[in-house]
Amino acid sequence: MNPDLAIVWACILAFGVFAYVVMDGFDLGIGILFPTLRPGVERDIAMNSIAPVWDGNETWLVLGGGGLMAAFPLAYAILLPALYAPITAMLLALIFRGVALEFRWRDAGHRPFWDFAFTVGSIVAALAQGITLGAVLQGVAVDGRSYGGGWWDWLTPFSLLTGASVLVGFGLLGSCWLIWKTEGELQARAYRRSRRLGAGLMACIAAVSLATLFLPGAYYERWFAWPKVLYTAQVPLLVLITSVLFFRSLARKRELAPFLLALALFLLSYIGLMISIYPDVVPNDVTIWEAAAPDRSLGFMLVGAAVLLPIILAYTAHAYWVFRGKVGTEGYH
Amino acid sequence: MLESPAALTLARLQFAFTVSFHFVFPAFSIGLASYLAVLEGLWLRTGRETYLNLFQYWLKIFAITFAMGVVSGIVMSYQFGTNWSVFSDRAGSVIGPLMAYEVLTAFFLEAGFLGVMLFGLTRVGRGLHFTATLAVAAGTLVSAFWILSANSWMHTPAGHSLNAAGQFVPEDWLAIIFNPSMPYRLAHTVLAAYLTTSLVVGAVGAFHLRRDPGNEGARTMFSMAMWMAVLVAPIQVVVGDLHGLSTFEHQPAKVMAMEGHFESHEAGAPLLLVGLPDQAAGVVRYAVSIPRASSLILRHDANAPLAGLDTVPREDWPPVAIVFWSFRVMVGLGVLILALGVCALVTRLRGRLYDSRLLHRFATAMGPAGFVAVLAGWVTTEVGRQPYTIHGLLRTSDSVAPLDAPAVAGSLMAFAVVYLGVFGVGVWYLLSLMARAPHAGEPGPEGDPEKPTRTAGITPGPATDRLRPTGKTYAESERS
Repeated sequence: MNPDLAIVWACILAFGVFAYVVMDGFDLGIGILFPTLRPGVERDIAMNSIAPVWDGNETWLVLGGGGLMAAFPLAYAILLPALYAPITAMLLALIFRGVALEFRWRDAGHRPFWDFAFTVGSIVAALAQGITLGAVLQGVAVDGRSYGGGWWDWLTPFSLLTGASVLVGFGLLGSCWLIWKTEGELQARAYRRSRRLGAGLMACIAAVSLATLFLPGAYYERWFAWPKVLYTAQVPLLVLITSVLFFRSLARKRELAPFLLALALFLLSYIGLMISIYPDVVPNDVTIWEAAAPDRSLGFMLVGAAVLLPIILAYTAHAYWVFRGKVGTEGYH
Repeated sequence: MLESPAALTLARLQFAFTVSFHFVFPAFSIGLASYLAVLEGLWLRTGRETYLNLFQYWLKIFAITFAMGVVSGIVMSYQFGTNWSVFSDRAGSVIGPLMAYEVLTAFFLEAGFLGVMLFGLTRVGRGLHFTATLAVAAGTLVSAFWILSANSWMHTPAGHSLNAAGQFVPEDWLAIIFNPSMPYRLAHTVLAAYLTTSLVVGAVGAFHLRRDPGNEGARTMFSMAMWMAVLVAPIQVVVGDLHGLSTFEHQPAKVMAMEGHFESHEAGAPLLLVGLPDQAAGVVRYAVSIPRASSLILRHDANAPLAGLDTVPREDWPPVAIVFWSFRVMVGLGVLILALGVCALVTRLRGRLYDSRLLHRFATAMGPAGFVAVLAGWVTTEVGRQPYTIHGLLRTSDSVAPLDAPAVAGSLMAFAVVYLGVFGVGVWYLLSLMARAPHAGEPGPEGDPEKPTRTAGITPGPATDRLRPTGKTYAESERS
């Protein structure tokens, strides 16, 4: 087996998952914040701002699932049964919020119900994704080539903490998106809310980072081994710098910068996660090389990914460009 | 954890339930996307506003159908792992890349251009908008190509080897992608999707013609749908026959179950029209049959010998009654679809296409027939592959995740409640959209009359400049 091919695919999937977080994060965030928006105009604006892009965003999630099965089938086979409940909850939640986006326009009489479904779906999906992250980080029981644990193993204080953190983080992305895409009163409130959510996210990042060090496994080693710590220490440092810039951009009423800086915080946290996990794909049990599909599978897919991903990114960017600018009430839904 | 038979049964039920629900939406959206591309193309070419009205009319329906297809599809890409993890570990290296290509070549294409297709008619030029519509239509077909390739490989595996860990390892990708049953299954399924769509479009057209025979949109869509039915149904009969012969070659036990042939016949096997297959006793009770006809169909020789399930070990038998009956439902509906196409053609030649009440009633009743036929055909082929997930190589009972029955029971119940509730409501919305007659100045998804129309001024200036005022149809905004 060619070890580099497995690394390349680990990078592609990591990129895909991050692309998902970047794109679906803010539209889940809109759903999370929905109850704080006033029924009517504000909600219609918020909904219109994500209507043309949401299912493209969720396609990255399909790439994550399908890609993991294709490139690291053993990891897929071990992790997914271990995460049975949170994954199922996430899928059902995504169904609710996905159809709510379409249905609310079809049925004015039941719009409050579909708005409620949109919120609950978004909150449950974000929580489930965060819990999934925590459950993977804390490790799962492996028996041969299968999952060997119980059905509630994923539920721990740590996974609940990561669940709450992702919820806060997506809320922040949604709030910053509204700053960028709206005006007036709605935007003014989004500024205030972003400040509070930003502080919340700082606390979450600190709590998860500390808690990770006390998890079983090589996490402490991976962060603090000398001289590696010289590199890894840059990550928390950059988090601090970025958060200062973030709060300054809010204070100066910048429109796009808060969203980009919030994404930068996500990217740094994500890099932190990579440092924690690498080179495992199932922490402490299976490395990416052990889980990798044969070269012939990875090579076959790499041709497609190398040609298609840049094209996909180009037309995705084009779709965002077509619907650029502030969103009005009339919208394009 | 113990692997219980109950957990296996529940996992199978859950997969069958979720995949059947999912399958209904693409079966419609594949055909509808192509139909929308044709409508927009005709509008651009002829400038006839009826085509634009029909495009906008069906676009609203497409938006809802597509959304339901997307969300029910995400479930599928994770369920291979949650419930069929052993299958995923064994076959992931072969099946996975095919699905990854589906995501890369089709899903992103559809999703990337869907927003422009749905909401972009006033924002981008006509040419670019038509490109988006074509991209979405192409995406649905490319998606069908890959997923049916993966599915076909499970029926007729080829181009692989087995490694020490018991995993299927790809050897020859072309042999995997174009495995023996793939071309037939692809053609058969895509034609089925086109027929399904034409039946829905025809039923909606007929429904509105019964109320208002002069409705221009209803006349156009009904005429187009009936052309489609009469042209595609005969092709489907031929393709279905070829697909059946290919199955007969590669998966004989499935065809034996479809035919209800428990016993072998030395010379000239009868064609069983109806009957009650009894799996335990190995006979079909109360059978009504045509002598020698089965040999004639399968061997193209009335006196040819035909092997029965008695030549297959019992533990390799598929559940005969399900396969036997689902096949008859599919074929029966196929005959009715063909009959509808022929009736429409005859009525058309007599110049009475738009005012034959009988034909309109027939076409309205046939609206859901495509969905039922597609699902019945799907059940025939998938249940007919049992007891294997990968025909002859990996048993269903060896594919399942180490599951706990209560966990699967819980998720199955949750899926059942959510799907029946959510998609039930979705279908209701679709039907209420279809119940409205198409009319001149038909609004697209962006200007639905049910949506709250607001005057500009609630949001300050610049926002409204960049967006066209509400409630106007495309034609109106063009004029202003």
